[in-house]
Parts: sequence; C-alpha cells; structure tokens
Amino acid sequence: MKILLVDDSRTIRNIQKNTLKTLGYEDVVEAADGLEALAQLVKEPVDLMLVDWNMPNMDGITMIKKVRETDEDTPIIMVTTEAEKTRILEAVKAGVNNYVVKPFSMDTLSEKINQTMAKAVAAT
Amino acid sequence: MDVRFINPFILAINNVFETMLNTKVKVGKPLLKKADRLTAEVSGIIGLSGDVQGCVVLSFPDEVACRIASAFAGEELALDSPDFPDAIGELTNMVAGNAKKDFTGCETSISLPSVIIGPGHIVSQSKTSPFLVIPCETSLGRINVEVALIPVKKPASKATRSVAGAV
Repeated sequence: MKILLVDDSRTIRNIQKNTLKTLGYEDVVEAADGLEALAQLVKEPVDLMLVDWNMPNMDGITMIKKVRETDEDTPIIMVTTEAEKTRILEAVKAGVNNYVVKPFSMDTLSEKINQTMAKAVAAT
Repeated sequence: MDVRFINPFILAINNVFETMLNTKVKVGKPLLKKADRLTAEVSGIIGLSGDVQGCVVLSFPDEVACRIASAFAGEELALDSPDFPDAIGELTNMVAGNAKKDFTGCETSISLPSVIIGPGHIVSQSKTSPFLVIPCETSLGRINVEVALIPVKKPASKATRSVAGAV
C-alpha cells in the first residue's frame, strides 16, 4: 500500500512516517505542498493521503478539491492545526474522509489511519 | 490586552508540549514586554489575520531551542541543522493554531511560520498592540510565549498585517 504525505514540515512528515512504519506501512512518498502532491499523483496513484492545510504554493484544501475532480475514492486524512468546526466542515465538504488536529499523539494518528483504511476496504 | 486571547495560549502551550514532547509546562505570571528589553536567540513567529490580528512569538535561548527541537523531531538537531528551523516553526504553528480555535466567535487565519536565529535579536511590537509575555518553565528549559493581538470587529477584506519585525 502506497501512502502520500503532504506537509511543508519535514519534521511532521518524519513523525508521520515513523507512525506509519509502526503500523506496517513503509511504502511512503512525500510532497512539501499541494502542487508537488498533484505532480506526484500524476506519476503514480496512491492508496491513502495525509494532507496538511496551510502550505506554501498550494494549500491542502485547494489540492484536495483538485484531486476530487477526478478521484472520488482514494481516502484522504487531513492533518492540520486548523481545529475550528467551520474548518472541519469545509474540509469534509472538500472531500476529506477523516480529520486529525495537530498536536496529535501517535495513538490518535494510528487510530484515524486504521479507521479510514477499514472504511475504505469496507466500501470496496 | 484582552484575557480572552491569553488563556487560549496557556492551554495551547500545555497541550502542544504534553502531546508532542511529553513534558508539562509550568506557566508563570504574564507580564508586559518592555520595549527592546527582552532579547532571544531563537524566535518562531506566526502572524494572525481576520477578526483578530497580530502575532505570536515563541522565543528561546539557543540551548533550550535545540533541546526542544530535538525532542520534537526525535533526532539531535543543532542550530545549523537544516531541519532545526522547520521543527521550531512547526511547534509555533501548533501553538498558534491550537490557541485560535478558542477565540470564541472570531474567524482568524494564521500565516506560515518564520524563524529567526541569532543571538540578542529583538522582535519588536507595534505601539497599538504591545506584547504580553507568558513565561513557561519546562523540563527542557525556559521559553517565552509572546502574544500581541488586537480584535478587529469588521475585518478588512484579505487583511494580513504583521506587527512584528526582527531588529
């Protein structure tokens, strides 16, 4: 299973990679903003995306809307400091499947990843 | 400064440090920053715009900043490591983002973080929005959270104004 991590912070991508590794997911590709992520998705499809909101060049919401124009199925988890209900609703409307607020513990991130993947498998 | 904008930062710094660094924070009594009297060696800065405008600064002595950045990243980070500003910027981002969710009734956006590294630098405040300094004691050392915010009842469209600048 291939997972795309989209966050402008390399520190956060490393923390996410470590969590994914403990869950047994080691096939990870990375992007530092929405534009890089879209370019990555042209190269190869992925099975799950973890996407930050606030990033330079193209933010996560814009990127997700563009992804959903052609791909309604690939699960997307938004991982962001944006915690207001209005933001969460905006993200759900844009097409995210799950939402993790920073700061997060490894347990929380693991739980959301497992939850999201279980729903994706059940839907197929 | 309106206490509505201070308490969320006290909660946020505790939440971020406990969750990401597994360390508790002992918050001291907030004090008004006297112009040019409080210098730092490392500062993480985030601007806020919208219904609440201004900025938030996490300021550290360099040794404390290295300890905190290393604990956060899970690897040893020195001041000149390319990942050092990234870690400090992301921590600042988490504190600001976590605090703004508690600005009841306010629609506020945060900027991408900036990080200043250099001994004895000063982050200065505007005259209309002085910094309130929240001293924080942690097991990794002492840091300051500096908050300079003003509420704006009718936010101007696309308003993004920074009140901080490194001197």
